Amino acid sequence: MSALHTAERGSATWRLIKAESTLCVRDKVAPLWGIGFPLVLLIILGSVSDLRQPVEGSGGLTYFDLYVPVLILFNLAILATTSLPTTLAGYRENGVLRRMRTTPVGPARVLAGQLVANFAIAVVAMVLFVAVAGLGFGVDLPKHLPGFALAWLLAAAALLAIGLLVAALAPGRGPATAIGTVLFFPMMFFAGLWIPISQMHPLLRDIAHYTPLGAGMGAFQDAYLGHFPSAVPLLTLTAYAVVCAFVAIRRFRWE
Amino acid sequence: MPPVIEVRDLHKRYDDKIAVDDVSLTVQEGEIFGILGPNGAGKTTTVECVEGLRVPDRGEIRVLGLDPLRDRAELTRRLGVQLQAGHLPERLQVAEALELYGSFYPEPADWRALLDGLGLADKAKTRYAKLSGGQKQRLSIALALIGNPRVAILDELTTGLDPRARRDTWDLIEGVRSRGVTIVLVTHFMEEAERLCDRLALIDAGRVVMVDTPAGLTERARIEQRIQFRPSRPMDDHLLTSLPDVSGVTRRGESVIVNGNDNALNAVTTVLARNQIVAEQLRVEQASLEDAFVQLTGKRLEPGPR
Repeated sequence: MSALHTAERGSATWRLIKAESTLCVRDKVAPLWGIGFPLVLLIILGSVSDLRQPVEGSGGLTYFDLYVPVLILFNLAILATTSLPTTLAGYRENGVLRRMRTTPVGPARVLAGQLVANFAIAVVAMVLFVAVAGLGFGVDLPKHLPGFALAWLLAAAALLAIGLLVAALAPGRGPATAIGTVLFFPMMFFAGLWIPISQMHPLLRDIAHYTPLGAGMGAFQDAYLGHFPSAVPLLTLTAYAVVCAFVAIRRFRWE
Repeated sequence: MPPVIEVRDLHKRYDDKIAVDDVSLTVQEGEIFGILGPNGAGKTTTVECVEGLRVPDRGEIRVLGLDPLRDRAELTRRLGVQLQAGHLPERLQVAEALELYGSFYPEPADWRALLDGLGLADKAKTRYAKLSGGQKQRLSIALALIGNPRVAILDELTTGLDPRARRDTWDLIEGVRSRGVTIVLVTHFMEEAERLCDRLALIDAGRVVMVDTPAGLTERARIEQRIQFRPSRPMDDHLLTSLPDVSGVTRRGESVIVNGNDNALNAVTTVLARNQIVAEQLRVEQASLEDAFVQLTGKRLEPGPR
C-alpha cells in the first residue's frame, strides 16, 4: 500500500515537473531572455576580433573568454529574477497554490516543479553556451571541469534561492516583477557584463566579490584557468543559497 | 450510519469580524446538502474549515471520520473541492490540467467522460486563459470530481453559467450523486437549491437559522397562498372575505386577488361554484423557497447569479 502510494506520488511529481517545464517554455521569458538573447550576444561578441585581446589581470583570458561565463550567469540571473518569482507570485495571486492545497499533492511540489524546470533550462543554456563558444569560436573548455561544475551548481543554487526569496517576499505578481528587474541590473554589473571585474575600481571590485554573480564569476575564472575555485567565492555562493532559501521557506505564503 | 460530515459549534473570526459565529450541521451519506444564505453569511468560511483550508477558532469537524487539519493527507484523497475562486496556470491546457490533477489521486475518474458531461469536449486543447468564465467554472467542477471523491464540496456551483449550461450541470451533479457521492452545495441561488438539494441549512450572520428539506422550509415559513382569477360575472367581495380560510381580498382591474392559507383555494372554488361564477384565468402562486428565506431571515438574497 505504501509502496503504491510512493509510486503514485512519484508519477504525480514527475507530471508536475513536466507540466511546469512546458509552462516555462510557453511563458517565453526563459527561452527568449534566458537562452535566446545571451546566445545571440555570444555569437555577436565572438565575431568581434577586438575582443580576442587578453584582459589585464585575468591570467591570459581574453575579453571574449570572460564573456562566456558572464553569459552563463546572465542566464541564471534572468531565471532567478524574472522567470521564477513572477511565475510563483502569479500562482499565489491567482489561487493556483490555494487550489493545490485541496489535492493530495499539495502546493510545495508545485514550487519544486518550478525549481526543477528552471534548473533544467539553466543546464541546457550552460551546455549550449559552452558548446557554441568552443565549437564556433575556439574557446577552450574550463581547464578544471569538476571545479567548474561545482561552481555552476552553487551559483545556480544561490540564484534560484534568491528567486524563491523574491517570490516569498513580493506581495503579488507586479511587485515580484519590479523587485526582480531592480535586482537584475546591479547583479549583472557586478558579474562584469559591462566592465570586466578586474578593470573595476578597487572598491567596486571588493564589493563584486561578495555579490552572488561576482562570486560566481570569480569561481568560474579560477576553473577556466585550471584551478579548483578558491574558498571565498564558493562560500559566498553557499551562504547566499542557504540564507535565501531559509528565509524564503520561512516567509513563503500559499495565499 | 455515522454522518459523512459533522460540524459542531464552529466559530471563526477574522481580525474584528466574526465570520462564523456558531454553526453545527451534519451531512448524511449520499445526500445533496445545500448551504444557503446571503453573501457574508459565513457559508464559504464554514466549508473552508471543513476542507481544512482554514483553522477554526473553536468547534469540532469530522469528514468521513477524519479531522480536516490532522488527517489532511487522507482527507484530500477522498474529498473533491471546487473553490469559489480557484485558478489554474494561464497557459495550461484543459486536458493537461485534468490529466495532471488526475495523477494526484489513487483512482482518478475518466477525464474525457467528465469533459463530455460538462460540454467541454471541444476545449481539451484550449489554454485556461482562453476559456470563458462559464467554461472555467465547468472546468473547476471537473477538477473537483477528477479524483472520484466520496464527498464533493461545490462552492457557487453554477455562478456565471448561462441557463442551458446550468441545467446541464445540475443533470451532471444528479448523476454524480446517483453513484453514491455525497455532495455539499454552497449556493445563494434558490432554483438550484430547490431542484438539487435533499436538505438545506439556512445560514445567516454566521449562524444556522434552520435545517430542513426545501419543502419543509417553505412550509415552516407559513407563507400564504395567493389566488388570482377573473370572475365570469360581477361579484361581491363579501362572498370571499367571509370565508375563515381567506385573510384578504384585493382587486386589480377585473382581477380578484385572494390571500389565504392552504385551504383557501378549496374554499374559494366551492363558494364560486355555488354562486355559478366561473373563475377565468385562475392562477395559484405557491410560496417559493425565496419567499421562505425572506420570511425566515428578514433579508433578501442577492438577485441571483449574473
